[in-house]
Order: sequence, then structure tokens, then C-alpha cells
Amino acid sequence: MEARQAGGARRRVARGRLPLALGVPAVLGLAFLVVPLAGLLVRAPWRTLMDRLGGAGAGQALRLSLVCATLATLVCLVLGVPLAWLLARSGLPGRGVLRALVTVPLVLPPVVGGVALLLVLGRRGLVGRHLDAWFGVSLPFTTAGVVLAEAFVAMPFLVISVEGALRAVDARYEEAAATLGATPWLTFRRVTLPMVAPGVVAGTVLCWARALGEFGATITFAGNFPGETTTMPLAVYLALETDPEAAIVLSMVLLLVSVGVLAGLRERWVGALR
Amino acid sequence: MTPRRCGLVSGKGRWDALSHSRAAPAALDARLRVARAGFRLELDLTVAPGEVVALLGPNGAGKTTALRALAGLLPLTGGRIRLGERTWDEPPAVFLPPQRRPVGVVFQDYLLFAHLSALENVAFGPRARGAGRASARELARQWIERVGLAEHAASRPGALSGGQAQRVALARALVTGPQLLLLDEPLAALDASSRLRVRAELGRHLSAYPGCTLLVTHDPLDAMVLADRLVIIEHGRLVQEGPPGVVAREPRTDYVAHLVGLNLHRGLAEGGTVLLSGGGRLVVAEPATGAVYVAFPPSAVGLYPQVGPSPQVGPSPQPPAGSQRNAWPVTVAGLEPHAHTVRVRLDGTPPVLADVTTAAVAELRLRPGVRLWATLKATEIKTYPR
Repeated sequence: MEARQAGGARRRVARGRLPLALGVPAVLGLAFLVVPLAGLLVRAPWRTLMDRLGGAGAGQALRLSLVCATLATLVCLVLGVPLAWLLARSGLPGRGVLRALVTVPLVLPPVVGGVALLLVLGRRGLVGRHLDAWFGVSLPFTTAGVVLAEAFVAMPFLVISVEGALRAVDARYEEAAATLGATPWLTFRRVTLPMVAPGVVAGTVLCWARALGEFGATITFAGNFPGETTTMPLAVYLALETDPEAAIVLSMVLLLVSVGVLAGLRERWVGALR
Repeated sequence: MTPRRCGLVSGKGRWDALSHSRAAPAALDARLRVARAGFRLELDLTVAPGEVVALLGPNGAGKTTALRALAGLLPLTGGRIRLGERTWDEPPAVFLPPQRRPVGVVFQDYLLFAHLSALENVAFGPRARGAGRASARELARQWIERVGLAEHAASRPGALSGGQAQRVALARALVTGPQLLLLDEPLAALDASSRLRVRAELGRHLSAYPGCTLLVTHDPLDAMVLADRLVIIEHGRLVQEGPPGVVAREPRTDYVAHLVGLNLHRGLAEGGTVLLSGGGRLVVAEPATGAVYVAFPPSAVGLYPQVGPSPQVGPSPQPPAGSQRNAWPVTVAGLEPHAHTVRVRLDGTPPVLADVTTAAVAELRLRPGVRLWATLKATEIKTYPR
């Protein structure tokens, strides 16, 4: 009896046990990801939270962040969806190279992206020089510059997501639409786009979240002018030097937005994509 | 319909042209030449208005290539496609893209748009060809009713049965009044039980359709039931063409013989005897001369046990006595169930297929390797010139 119990217990343990070499790093990894966020909550100045949120600087930064991230996402949608289509559908030679180029901003340090944008679109940049001379338009250190910097960093998320969805769609549906008399443009709007809608939505949300959190390219290309280019991440960083409690509050707002995005993604679209 | 809306519809040139074309059906005249790596399609094809032509062939014969070329999904590399006076494709100068050809296509797995209702799927064509929203929906509603799906008009394709989806696909292809209807294995996706009914329905719609119909299939039954004429291709080339009845009686290739379920051999006839090219000879009832095909149904082949000392020493010297003029030794190579009988594949000179009952299989103890006599009455053999 005893022996059988012992045997049974051993079997259960044997089946359930994680190898130590995997278990310890796994728990450490989990703690590494979760503890800082928990620290944020622990150290939050809960009593003065609302006052600080209502403060002019925080509200302004949050509003600017939301507006810029949304505008950047729109730019990404308008340019990124056709780009994804080009990569997925056209028989363009060298698509592999193009795809690699598109993903570069994904791995590029955002600061480098900002520097690159300055070199091209800056007042004395390759393109910016002409923009300034011909149209009197100057992009760096403006709100438009924030939108551009965010779009530059966030677009690959959208393109990759939409391209994956496009490649998963059976192109014969587009052929069927053509035999029904639809032009390629009508086919794209009425057949292709509805079929890749989950991918477009997932890509849009990812793109928006990335744009919202953008820091390096923004501060390099657009600088830090409160009310004009100081977005939430910049405000957090600056507040950390002068008013750490404000930094915590601002960080919590961003954390809340991120968690909200993640929850929305999981429930509505990630499941559908699988 | 308000006058304003009428004006809107007739303002669209293409839709108007389409309506006109519906009144005057034209014949299809195609010389399909498609060259790709490792494959060439060379097929001349004509279809008269109101005629249903079935394009049959084994996998990889070029059936789908032909259909895609006619639909405009694949440009020809040579030859031409003409419908009536209009040239659709004649490289290198002319190529009409699919959306500008008056065609309707029913795809093998229908390819209904999953995000649109049955009605919206059918209305898609008229809308794309320039009809107003209201008139497109009205036209679609009429067609949905015509295929008997009025109560499913609002259903998404995912909620339809295979047979219902097939009917939506047919309505979607016909609603624009195409001059050429292309059907790609329209019944292949259906299970056996709904197939019979859907085939009969499809036959009704096809006989009411005034344009040219090309039905691509590998199912001989679909072709025999639905088509006025069969066109059979192998390796991208025509091998036989004719009314279903003639093709069924007089196959000219092994593939066609297999399709229609006949034994087929080639040979040289001299009076009442045919010397087969593969070895062996058959006595036939109808005297003929020269190069001929001989064909006979597997059910006409009789099988008799070899009555010898033991099967190991070879065939008995005495073929079974009777009225059969042909008897030769054979060895069972394989057995497979075929409808309510068993089809026995027999090696010999000539090799044959024979249909026997399951009772005969048991009685003769048929299994691969068993030696038998095959017999065949001369009157069961059909000979026709090569």
C-alpha cells in the first residue's frame, strides 16, 4: 500500500516536474518582466494621482501623443496597405530585398531613424532643402515632424501584419471578382480588403501602440517643445529628472493604454488570426 | 424603377453593351495555344450558341489552362479567341482582360465571397459591370429565386450547403448574361447524395441558357448527362471529339476507354479476325479490313476455371466448350469493387477487364495470380476503323 502510494506520488512528480535548468530561468524571466511594472503600481502616488493627471503638462502631453499616434497610424494605413499589397501580390522582381528594406526600421535603433530623417528632411537635408525653398515647409521640430518620426518607426508593424494576411488569402477570389467584371481597384476594395480586415486591424493597433510609445526618433527629429512635440514618452523622461512622481503617473497612463490595447487585440483579433 | 435610375443604368456603357449582347448570342471560336515550361496546350475549340461542350481529360491534360485562357485569367501565347465578331485574345496585339469579357465562371470550389450574403454575391457582377445598386439587387433577387434559394438570400456562404453554394455560384455567373459560361468541375465538391439532384438542376439551367457553355470535368457521367458534345484532351491536345453516345461506344484512346468503361484494343482486321497490335487475335462478328479499334464491355467477358491437373503446370490445353468464338488463358492481376459487381483485371494476350458478380469471385476463388480462361462472344465486339 505504502509502496504503491509512493510510486504513484513519484509518477505524478515525475510528470509534473520542470527541469531545474529551465524552471529557474523561466521564473526569473517572468519576475524580470512583471516586477518593474508592479513597482510602478506600488510607488504610484495614489492620493495625488488625479491632481497630477489634471496638471496642464500631463494632459497636454497625453493629448498630443494620442493625436500624433493616430495621425501617424493614418499615414501608415494610407501608405502601408498598398505597400503590403505590392509585396504580397505583385510579381515585382526583388521583392525579397524590398521586404527586408521595409523591416529595417523594425530593428534599427529609433535614434538612428531620427538622425536619418534629419539628414533627409531636415532644413538642409536632401529633400528638406527643397521643401523649405519651394514651399516654405520645414518639418523638423514641429508636430508634423513628430507624426513623421512615429510613422517611420511604426509602419513596418502594419506592413508586415497586412502582408501576412494578404499572402494567406487565396488569390483565386480576386480572379473570380475579375471574371465578374470587377476592375483590379474594385476587386481590392470589395474583395481583398474585407478578407484581410482582421490583419489590417491587428496591424493598425500594433502600429498605433508603437507610435504612441515612440521616443528615440521623435526626440531626435522633432525635439522637445511642450505642447508641440513633447509626447508622453518624452514627458515621462523629462519628468523623471525634475518630478519623479509625475513620471510615475505618466508612465502608469501609458501602461494602462498598452494593457488596454493588448486586451482588445487578444479578444477581438488575435484569436481570429490564428 | 424610377426614370432617374434608368438613366443612371443606361449611362454606363459597359452594362448597356452587356444587355445588348444578351439578345444576340454568338459562337465561340478559339485556337488555344499556351506554351509554358514543360507544357503546351494546342486546342482548337468551337462552341455554338446554346451548345454545351464538355472538356474532358486526365489531370494535367490542360483543361484548367484552357478554361483560364478563355476567362482571360491566363493570356494566350499563340492562336486566338473570338466570340462572334469580337476578338478577346490574339497575341501579341489583342488582349481583353477578364473584367471586360462577357463571361461567367463557376469555379470548382465556387469561390463565393465569404463576407457577402448570397444575394450580395450574386449582385456583385451587375454592380461591377456598372448597374446601379437597386437594379443590381433586384436582378440578383430574381436569380436567387430562379435557383430556388429565396429563403437563403441573406445567408453567408458559410451557412449554405454544398448544393446551395453551387446554385449561388451558378446564379452569380449567369446574372450578368454572359455570352460564354465556363464551368470548372461544377459538381466535384458535392457529396454523392446531393450530386444527382444538383446535376439535374444544372442540366435544366444549361438547357435554358442561350449562350455557349464549356464544362470542364473529369467525370464522364457529368459530361454524358450535361453535354451535347465531348471534347477530350490528353497532354494538351485533342484526342477525341463527338456526341456523348458515339464517344461512349467508340473510344479512341485508352483514357477514353477507361472513362466509358470499355476494353479497347488496336489491331489489323482481316475478314472476321482481328490481329491485335499488342499480341493475340479476336474473332469478330462484323467483317472488317485494315487498321481498326476493337471495343467490348467488361461484362461481356466470361471467366472459366482452368480444368487441368494442377494450376502450376500452366493452362489446360482445352478451352471451355461453348458458343464463344474467343477464349484465351489469363491470370488475375487485380480485383476492385465496381458498382454492384467486381471488376477483374486480367493479364494475358490480350489483357482484359472483366466484370463478375461477387458470387463468381467466391466460386472461382479469384485472387491475384489465379489462372483462368477468358471467353468473349464475337457478337459482343465492336470494330471501327482507326
